[in-house]
Amino acid sequence: MSEVRKISAPLNDGDIESLKAGDEVYISGVIYTGRDAAHKRLIQLLEKGEKLPFDIKGQMIYYVGPCPEKPGQIIGSAGPTTSGRMDAYTPRLLELGLKGMIGKGLRDNNVKKAMINHKAVYFGAIGGAAALIAASIKSQEIIAFEDLGTEAIRRLEVEDFPVVVVIDSEGNDLYEKGIMEFSQE
Amino acid sequence: MRSIHVNQIIEVVSKLCVDANYFLNQDIRIKLEEACKKEKSPLGKEVLNKLLVNADIAAEKEMAICQDTGMAVFFIELGQDVHLEGGSLNEAINEGVRRGYDKGFLRKSVVEDPIFRKNTNDNTPAIIHYDIVEGDRLKIDFAPKGFGSENMSALKMLKPSDGIEGIKGFIIDTVRKAGANPCPPIVVGVGIGGTMEKAAIMAKKALLRPLGIHNTIKYVEELEKEMLLMINKIGIGPAGFGGSSTALGINIETYPTHIAGMPVAININCHATRHASFEL
Ligand code: SF4
Repeated sequence: MSEVRKISAPLNDGDIESLKAGDEVYISGVIYTGRDAAHKRLIQLLEKGEKLPFDIKGQMIYYVGPCPEKPGQIIGSAGPTTSGRMDAYTPRLLELGLKGMIGKGLRDNNVKKAMINHKAVYFGAIGGAAALIAASIKSQEIIAFEDLGTEAIRRLEVEDFPVVVVIDSEGNDLYEKGIMEFSQE
Repeated sequence: MRSIHVNQIIEVVSKLCVDANYFLNQDIRIKLEEACKKEKSPLGKEVLNKLLVNADIAAEKEMAICQDTGMAVFFIELGQDVHLEGGSLNEAINEGVRRGYDKGFLRKSVVEDPIFRKNTNDNTPAIIHYDIVEGDRLKIDFAPKGFGSENMSALKMLKPSDGIEGIKGFIIDTVRKAGANPCPPIVVGVGIGGTMEKAAIMAKKALLRPLGIHNTIKYVEELEKEMLLMINKIGIGPAGFGGSSTALGINIETYPTHIAGMPVAININCHATRHASFEL
């Protein structure tokens, strides 16, 4: 296994190109959260020709709906949610310059194609490791759709957030590679 | 006739909500540790390790194992000689959920309508299954259910001629399709027989049975063992990154059914198979 590589968010073009499916990575920097309801609203804004609540160009979205934070806590448990539910909205966001996504689970072919076209990376965080992941989040601020509660868009500062590259900018998919390598059927 | 005041039930339910979400059950921990030793993929091993560390952090800091603290599912066994006083049992359970999810800083994940999807903000209503039993006890089993795994569940009305091979094929197909989505290593609950809804409820209830304890019917026990081996040969592995630990366990329940049918329900659960119970 290769050593864990450290990268910063937002991603730079060099990192995007050199990250390969299966690479373990620690991310530090700024990322945004968004899941089902927030994605729906982002697309509705675009359809109305309105501006998004943050400039998505070059940014990274983490699919998460965290638990509420206890007094004194930065954020509650905050593991990834299933990315496939965002597939319907993702190609449009990639067109606008979204460069990275963090979640868990399979993506469809439209997302993969758009990722290759627009050079983006899909990272898998460990589903269920929500308390461990929360420890790598250093600040959170709600920047849009506050009424959505856990589904609001947050700006997070993260330090050594542990992820694995699942789909790289060339469309290689660790979920497919992994199964092929370890299948004993 | 024994009397139980609903206030007692509210207290118990509220505590169960918090405990189940903070503390990983021992049977799951043991299976995770075993899987970690056996896992063939180095990356998979590391994922399993992180899941164990995650459980430690959650317990120590008293926070949720997983942010999806689920829809609140209950199995209630109510003795027919129990008299409940002070209000409705349903409302007491929901009030317990409301308090537990608030006090435990657990995520509220329920929307009031499947189409309009406005959050109820207190994680109610709960899903409650009642069983009236003999005696004068009240047993409350709480099993919060995350939807990353719930969404990968399936039900099929097989034909009697499909036989046990048909059941095996359906289980393997369902797990394969689920892939990385339900946060493997998973736990699989299966209900075979009964009617459509009976099969589904059995599949969910099967998840309450501690891992390592098999069905007492011999052929079902063998099926559980065989299916676990087969599932772990698929190669999905921890977090779906590839590996030999795709499932920690599979529990199967059966029930008499109709001459014309063989319903099979498969409820997929994640490593965060949470469960807490209390008897009043
Ligand atoms: S499937 Fe389980 S571990 Fe994964 S996010 Fe949902 S509740 Fe958490």
